[in-house]
Amino acid sequence: MLTIPCPWCGERDVHEFRSGGEAHLKRESRTDNLSDAEWADFLFLRANPKGEHAERWYHVHGCRRWFNAVRNTHTDTILAVYKPGEAKSEVSQ
Amino acid sequence: MSQSHRLPAGGRIDRSRSLSFTFDGTRYSGHPGDTLASALIANGVHLVGRSFKYHRPRGILTAGSEEPNALIQLGLGNRTEPNIRATQIELYDGLTAASQNRFPSLEFDLGAVNDTLSPLIPAGFYYKTFMWPQRGWMTYERAIRRMAGLGRAPDGPDPDRYEYRHAHCDVLVAGGGAAGLAAALAAGRAGARVIIADEQAEMGGWLLSEGDTEISAKPAVDWVEKAVTELAGMENVTLLRRTTAFGYYDHNWLGLAERVTDHLGPYAADHLPRQRLWQVRAKQVVLATGAIERPLVFGQNDRPGIMLAASLRSYISRYGARPGKALVVFTNNDSGYRTALAAHHAGIGVAAIIDSRAEASGPLPQSARAAGLRIYEGHAIIATTGRLRVDSVRLGRLAASGDRIEGAGFGIPCDLVAMSGGWNPNVSLFSQSRGKLDFRAEDGVFVPGQSFQPLRSAGACNGVLSTADCLAEGFAAGAEAAREAGFANRKPAALKVTEPDCPAAAPFWLAPPEKPLARAKCFVDFQNDVTAADLKLAVREGFQSVEHVKRYTTTGMGTDQGRTSNVNALAIVSATLGMEMPAVGTTTFRPPYTPTSFGAIAGRNIGALFDPVRRTPIHEWHAAHGAKFENVGQWVRAWYYPKPGEDMHAAVNREVKAARTGVGILDASTLGKIMVKGPDAAEFLNRVYTNSWLKLGIGKARYGLMLGEDGMVRDDGVTVRLGEDRFLMSTTTGNAATVMTSLEDYLQTEWPELKVYLTSVTEQYATITINGPKSRELLAALTDDIDTGNEAFPHMSLREGTVAGVPARVIRISFTGELSFEINVRASQGKAVWEALIEAGAPFDITPYGTEAMHVLRAEKGFIIVGQETDGSMTPDDLGMGWAVSKVKPDFVGKRSLTRSDTVREGRKQLVGLLTEDPKEVLEEGAHVVQVALQQPPMAMLGHVTSSYYSPNLERSIALAVLKGGRALIGKTLSVPMPDKVIKVTVTEPVFFDPKGERANG
Repeated sequence: MLTIPCPWCGERDVHEFRSGGEAHLKRESRTDNLSDAEWADFLFLRANPKGEHAERWYHVHGCRRWFNAVRNTHTDTILAVYKPGEAKSEVSQ
Repeated sequence: MSQSHRLPAGGRIDRSRSLSFTFDGTRYSGHPGDTLASALIANGVHLVGRSFKYHRPRGILTAGSEEPNALIQLGLGNRTEPNIRATQIELYDGLTAASQNRFPSLEFDLGAVNDTLSPLIPAGFYYKTFMWPQRGWMTYERAIRRMAGLGRAPDGPDPDRYEYRHAHCDVLVAGGGAAGLAAALAAGRAGARVIIADEQAEMGGWLLSEGDTEISAKPAVDWVEKAVTELAGMENVTLLRRTTAFGYYDHNWLGLAERVTDHLGPYAADHLPRQRLWQVRAKQVVLATGAIERPLVFGQNDRPGIMLAASLRSYISRYGARPGKALVVFTNNDSGYRTALAAHHAGIGVAAIIDSRAEASGPLPQSARAAGLRIYEGHAIIATTGRLRVDSVRLGRLAASGDRIEGAGFGIPCDLVAMSGGWNPNVSLFSQSRGKLDFRAEDGVFVPGQSFQPLRSAGACNGVLSTADCLAEGFAAGAEAAREAGFANRKPAALKVTEPDCPAAAPFWLAPPEKPLARAKCFVDFQNDVTAADLKLAVREGFQSVEHVKRYTTTGMGTDQGRTSNVNALAIVSATLGMEMPAVGTTTFRPPYTPTSFGAIAGRNIGALFDPVRRTPIHEWHAAHGAKFENVGQWVRAWYYPKPGEDMHAAVNREVKAARTGVGILDASTLGKIMVKGPDAAEFLNRVYTNSWLKLGIGKARYGLMLGEDGMVRDDGVTVRLGEDRFLMSTTTGNAATVMTSLEDYLQTEWPELKVYLTSVTEQYATITINGPKSRELLAALTDDIDTGNEAFPHMSLREGTVAGVPARVIRISFTGELSFEINVRASQGKAVWEALIEAGAPFDITPYGTEAMHVLRAEKGFIIVGQETDGSMTPDDLGMGWAVSKVKPDFVGKRSLTRSDTVREGRKQLVGLLTEDPKEVLEEGAHVVQVALQQPPMAMLGHVTSSYYSPNLERSIALAVLKGGRALIGKTLSVPMPDKVIKVTVTEPVFFDPKGERANG
């Protein structure tokens, strides 16, 4: 049961959040030139690292805002949180 | 009634009061302070259960929650509870308990035939035997299920109440023994908010059972009382007795199960819950969960009267019971002598102390010698006798190698055996927290190693044994935890402890039995009847991973989760594999530590409180007019309105007819409504819907399809433009929250440059649909500022004005193919407007219709319902709705996926209509459609029926289906195989009624 520091609200229980999967996937607005394989990569393929993972979270039962977090998937430690549009924080353990 | 086996004095029981209880129908008595186990022992009862597989007679092994044998069916009626450990049941007057897993009686159990047959049913017997013939399993399963399981679940609902507490603290201390109390004192004195939880009725742990221990020159229990009094006096400390820290989860979140009134039985006050589930977030945790004594594995080591040595001390010192008259101690360490001396001082005859070590020379063995007790060094028990209670042990001299007996064995009569194989630190919670275990070879134990959460282990669970060390570690851990949580403090002074020196045990894993191992019944796991021979068999059969051995033999499973057996099993498996114990590793420790009741986990979230219920503002009217309701997500919607004497079929037919011939009225308030506002609102809609929105005029409505990025239909609905920068979007009833979340996601993360604001307004408005040829007249009768004429108020447009005297938005849209108006008013005015419409509609014989009629009406028109015709794998084209997808927009959600090779391939499932040969035959929704029905499966499936109704307007059944290459099949005859018949169907266009759509425009 994680505690997640929402960048707007502060530390809250994971029950208030919804996970949104891998962060920093780039959605192209003009997709006509993308091959099926490139599009499938965006659509279906996700990183599944053991260790640091940048991912999206939604504070659904709070400020209802999305943000990004870097979580160690092995220890479940949240290493950093940052707002959408901000660059992925450089985190070192 | 006499407590024949009660010592004349001593123990923490209240001898001034007697409590009466029954076990298997026999009446006994005990005292306050007794557990059911200690009271039974005080009455000379050791036989309390039958084992799981062989139905062997079993007695009380321990004095704590690790008990594998003494599992009791407690209480009667709907309050009965199976598999409760007698060692944890506090006695109350009138308590009713029964043994389990025996028939017809505990003394004579027919299932014991399994014990005689035991050579035929080794580990994996069920896996090996019940394989053939394949269909035989159906028969075997029933018999096996009847034999399996121990207790009996109650038949009716649980009459008790349970509740949750959520709490935060600086320091949570799990365990209230010497180390735990010391830790709580140190942290509490520093000012930290402390919660200390202990599973027993009294704090103090083993200190309550050791009569020979002194702290600061006074009996240890005096120190316990002083410590508890001091803690109780601190406002920042919460003391939780009878509370098990059962689960250690991420980020120092722990689950605690408090048994609030279990110990009071029928005398519990009504205002108290039975149990309370604490969910605690702790800044720091101190684990002080103690250690569990390890049984010794020897031949027939499971007879009633054989128990753990320290537990025996507990029954003597803490409960003042006399568990037997002639004791044999079997030990590999000095603490066995401590038990022998305690028994000797209590007047119990000590027949022999059998020590597996060649030499015992510590202070305790010397005291035992001085007391004249008979000691057999370098010996081991090789067998025992006694049917329902041990009556003798046989022992022999161990060879130097320790794995065989030299010379002939001989017998010693006894009625009580105490065994001690050393102490296993209780690392369950530590392991649950993901901590790594280290192996300490000298005494063969796993101790806490690296941890990944802010916690520290203190005392016996950390591998120390003496009270002095436990106290010192407890004080240090508590002080450190408080400091880490921000509370400065000084190190408390060490306390002077006097107790016999008891060094760590030398591992002794398996005493060589007198009989061949396969028949010797050297039990490792008492609860699951797993013997040393079973473990060796599993290894011989190729199971090498300890997790596999566990599943194959069932060792370490059950209500005790192998608390007493795991390390012994692991040692025997590693020895058989010829590997070191740490290389084999332990099985995974998972919550809960001890069984936790479903009631506590469910709390108040049961019955009417299980899930929130949403009702529309008009709900009361529906209820008052006899509506039947159905649940749609959390919403309760009117399903149909039967008149007296009408069944569902008749009522729905009447409602459907009325909606096409006169005027029907539907409560559509549950539709999701989202206000989309901002200068970029039109651009936003243009990106999330498949069709174009930029040029939609103010006051106009448009139907839209929403896709996922994978191109599959996710939602649909009508959105109206209220102004240049304002739209009111409607979503399906069940998807409103999902759509809102998804839209917010795009706005916040993909297109933050768009100036758009979303507000959920579902509950702010009541939506009433009037439908049918007379709906215009009805609307006109209730409004004087909206021109209802066909030209003035065309299809797919919006008018704002007043209806029945209140402000309203009226949208002319149709989900039925009829002339239809959707009237939106403030939620608070919904019921009044509905009633006004009903009254004004009387001349037109206005007919309220429910969701069932609505479904029939839309199916007649072939209109889809998202979630019924779609299942996350249907594209707009699959649904025949390619017309709703813009060919020119550069981007919208899901656009690229519509040209993926998989979405454009031949043979995708497509929406079609089905007409049965027999017009009265209504297909079952979900039924499979095949080209040719064969005698039996498998048959190639073309698709399935998604919607099926009887249409009173067409006077026949209709159905929608999704079929592979469906549109090419139109006109063909296919089959729907049912269990008792095959139904022939003809594939048609999915629109059955008014295919040109003239009625809605009329």
